Amino acid sequence: MRWLALAALVLLLALPAWLDSYAISVFILIFFYAFLGQAWNILGGYAGQLSAGHAAFVGIGAYASALLSAQAGLTPWLGMLVGGTLSAGLGTLVGYLGFRFGLRGFYFVLLTVAFAEVCRIVTLNTDAVGGALGYYITFTGNPRQFQFQDNRAYYYIALGLMLIATGVVAAMERRRFGAFLIAIREDEQACEALGVNTFRYKMLAMVVSSFLTGVGGTFYAFYLFSLQPNSVFGIPLSVEIIIRPIVGGAGTVLGPILGSFILSPLAEASRIYLGQGGWSGAHLVAYGLLLIAVVLFLPRGAYPALRRLWLRSAAR
Amino acid sequence: MSAAPLLEVRGLGKRFGGLHAVRDLSFEMARGEVLGLIGPNGAGKTTVFNLLSGFLPQDTGEVRFEGRSITGLKPHAICALGLARTFQIVRPFPHLSVLENVRVGALARQPRMAEAAARARAVIEQVGLAAKAGQPAAGLTLADRKRLELARALATGPTLLLLDEVMAGLNPTEIQAILALVRSINEAGVSILLIEHNMRAVMTLSHRIVVLSFGEKIVDGAPAAVANDPRVIEAYLGEAYVPAAH
Repeated sequence: MRWLALAALVLLLALPAWLDSYAISVFILIFFYAFLGQAWNILGGYAGQLSAGHAAFVGIGAYASALLSAQAGLTPWLGMLVGGTLSAGLGTLVGYLGFRFGLRGFYFVLLTVAFAEVCRIVTLNTDAVGGALGYYITFTGNPRQFQFQDNRAYYYIALGLMLIATGVVAAMERRRFGAFLIAIREDEQACEALGVNTFRYKMLAMVVSSFLTGVGGTFYAFYLFSLQPNSVFGIPLSVEIIIRPIVGGAGTVLGPILGSFILSPLAEASRIYLGQGGWSGAHLVAYGLLLIAVVLFLPRGAYPALRRLWLRSAAR
Repeated sequence: MSAAPLLEVRGLGKRFGGLHAVRDLSFEMARGEVLGLIGPNGAGKTTVFNLLSGFLPQDTGEVRFEGRSITGLKPHAICALGLARTFQIVRPFPHLSVLENVRVGALARQPRMAEAAARARAVIEQVGLAAKAGQPAAGLTLADRKRLELARALATGPTLLLLDEVMAGLNPTEIQAILALVRSINEAGVSILLIEHNMRAVMTLSHRIVVLSFGEKIVDGAPAAVANDPRVIEAYLGEAYVPAAH
């Protein structure tokens, strides 16, 4: 398993040498969404607190670093951390409200959606940040401004983000923090009875998850150069973030990566082949069908199923 | 200081709407004691456990544990002080193995994973689940799930253990095994407050018994005295069964 991971890493590092610019952009999407899915995985997959508003953290991180860069001249390399911190601030607020007042299941989902929607509507109506017209970043191609002529740079940054988040999750899983989050997901009251301060650990999960997601916002902003409130704060982005870990295996280290390798190319293919002639929503239909299939046949995601196959064939 | 009781319950009361689930309940427990809490269905026994362990806020009264008030503390804080509970309806973490389940309890005291796992293994051995340590909790029999529930609470290192019907639903052989286990836990120095419907078990285990009926304490005494008390017989069977004056 360790050798396999190492081989995959070497392959991913070497890959851009052979890929054309378009293929690289597909990989960037795979890595970036795997990163966001991994950040969500901490809160949603491990702690079992289903946030359906993670786009809010992407949006805050994106607007924060873009505005700081344009207005205050702060390099996005630092703006990234500011954006992450602001997102963690919002995460703390949402988490406090949800966890202090015991919102569970659907009610927590609704709370997170509501906050993301508030962010979207406020941004839409704030002309200082571009309002409904969106906010555009002038392209300079200056690496200090997180801008690159060659999209292989974005490839390596996105790969790095994915690896960092995965490292965080892997480290967490081997420690008390991860063991407590899993126990909270399994049965919160039983966990509390065993002396675990469930409020505190859920808050910690929220802070780490929203911080990482907010960091991702900077990448979003300086990769796309345009921020539209309806996209960057929208429910569809939240769904894109959630669906990868769920399909790949929520609450597993490799689930979000596997899910992104399955879904990101699918989304890209359907955009290209079905994007014209009134078929532009087709990838959402494909998501729906895939989700039904996953719930029916792989309720714990693709990764646990693959792992079982692997172990069985290894035992043979 | 050693004269102070381990647990001191004063005037405890809880209402659910019009129902007075627990009313003006007072009792004490000494260090090392096994106290049985019995009473007919709906007498308020589990509510008492929920109040003592912080899962429900009380309306009136106070609970003191080892001399300090635990009134209003959260369940995890109460557990950290050394008062652990089990649930009547067992609540294992279903997808986790027996070892992982018990390790959660051990981790609350022992932040390092390896040491917590070692402690968990020792407790699993103690309750007789060693052969099943790697199995997922969801696949255990009821008897084993009860043992698991006990092991998890034990792993938190309690001085007082609240056991809510750990024998319900078990066959006589399994009951004998749990009985011996509970006794050995007590002999190791853990005080035990026990809710139990199995009268033989309560009578043999308990040093003292408190009887609840409609949320109120009606009798508090030694097992033999309680068993023959007309108020207890009336509470369980109705007035008609109380033997006429001896």
